[in-house]
Amino acid sequence: MSTQQQQPVLSLRNLTRVHGSGATEVHALRGIDLDVHPGELVAVMGPSGSGKSTLLTIAGGLDNPTSGQVFVEGTDITALGIKGLAALRRRSIGYVFQDYNLIPALTAAENVALPRELDGISARKARAEALAALAEMDLGQLADRFPDEMSGGQQQRVAIARALVGDRRLVLADEPTGALDSETGESVLALLRSRCDAGAAGVMVTHEPRFAAWADRVVFLRDGAVVDQTIRSDADSLLAGRAAQL
Amino acid sequence: MSIRHGLLALLERGPRYGSQLRTEFESRTGSTWPLNVGQVYTTLSRLERDGMVVQDGEDEAGHPLYAITDSGRVELRSWFEHPVDRTSPARDELAIKLAMAVGAPGVDIRDVIQSQRRHTVKAMQDYTRLKAQALTAVEKNGDRERDDIAWLLVLEQLIFQTEAEARWLDHCESRLIRLSSTAQAAGPEPAPPGAVTGAAGTGTGARAEAGAEEAARHRP
Repeated sequence: MSTQQQQPVLSLRNLTRVHGSGATEVHALRGIDLDVHPGELVAVMGPSGSGKSTLLTIAGGLDNPTSGQVFVEGTDITALGIKGLAALRRRSIGYVFQDYNLIPALTAAENVALPRELDGISARKARAEALAALAEMDLGQLADRFPDEMSGGQQQRVAIARALVGDRRLVLADEPTGALDSETGESVLALLRSRCDAGAAGVMVTHEPRFAAWADRVVFLRDGAVVDQTIRSDADSLLAGRAAQL
Repeated sequence: MSIRHGLLALLERGPRYGSQLRTEFESRTGSTWPLNVGQVYTTLSRLERDGMVVQDGEDEAGHPLYAITDSGRVELRSWFEHPVDRTSPARDELAIKLAMAVGAPGVDIRDVIQSQRRHTVKAMQDYTRLKAQALTAVEKNGDRERDDIAWLLVLEQLIFQTEAEARWLDHCESRLIRLSSTAQAAGPEPAPPGAVTGAAGTGTGARAEAGAEEAARHRP
């Protein structure tokens, strides 16, 4: 696969996270290794308490591992100081949460423009980029709406646009469909899928197999360790006759 | 039975010959259940015997054409009107396998569950990719729209079915963990001779680590 030759956008190396110590010690993560390449969407599944959310928080620099390394675009974020980490988190990582987390006082376009303004570009240019990003995702008609004027699915799609605005390539999504009905959830996944097809790298925690199925790879966690994973096959070889006709 | 009624449904749209029926059946269902032309002709001759189709001349190329009769239409109507029977389920190999794995000596049922889960989720990934293609085709493809929609419905059925299976596997696993922790709290149960492994995995940490090693071997 061509994506395998490129440098991974996210690499986790022998990641462990221990909460507490002594008798109350809990191993939330035990030696996780994971690479996510440009163009790849990885779903993380596992029962509650398996370490899914811990993995995502540490991958995003929102928590520190007990040991191990997290490389984002080649930089070990566990070796950065507070300021450097904050800058990298802001510039390189987009987050998508279950409850959208758009700023209620800003329109869709302003929400998407905000990370670019924080990057230091002019407000005018940031707005132009935000409008372009929304248009590219067929969300142009929402540009001037406030979050409370949008449905949950629309807010979540705007949140994906915000996560990947500018040259951001890594999106971390924690149960992005958790608050959505199944058809809307699917449209959110289709958007995430298409952003990854366009070159982004995505990691998504979900407990819904139907949404995980949009990923290139599904990683199964149990008791803080990767127990198994699926590798995407060439779908054309499945039901080959029909796929060839499409 | 489904081939028989499938052919009647296609013939209701007008007379057709054998291999044409096969092609149309497959394009409706995306070759999910491939038919060979022999099956089509066998089914046609049974339908003819039962008075539901008649041979009706030939096309320009000399293919014998079949047409639906009134009693064929009655049969087809009744097929659409009656639900498919789910009260006498077909044998399900996976359910039988898990039933046999409970307490089987030398078998860790959680491994059986996990290897099935990987396979089932992978099948869902494949179906989902095909579905994304089919959705695009439905949006873009005006002239073959009816076949594209039919294929999309069949694919979604496969996705829902595999999803139900994945959920059931999750449920089996958590059920077994719950039961084994209750059993441990209640004290050891007398094991049948030769039963090494219990119903659910014990020592989950060790198991998870063994699993991680296995996963490492499968990594690309």
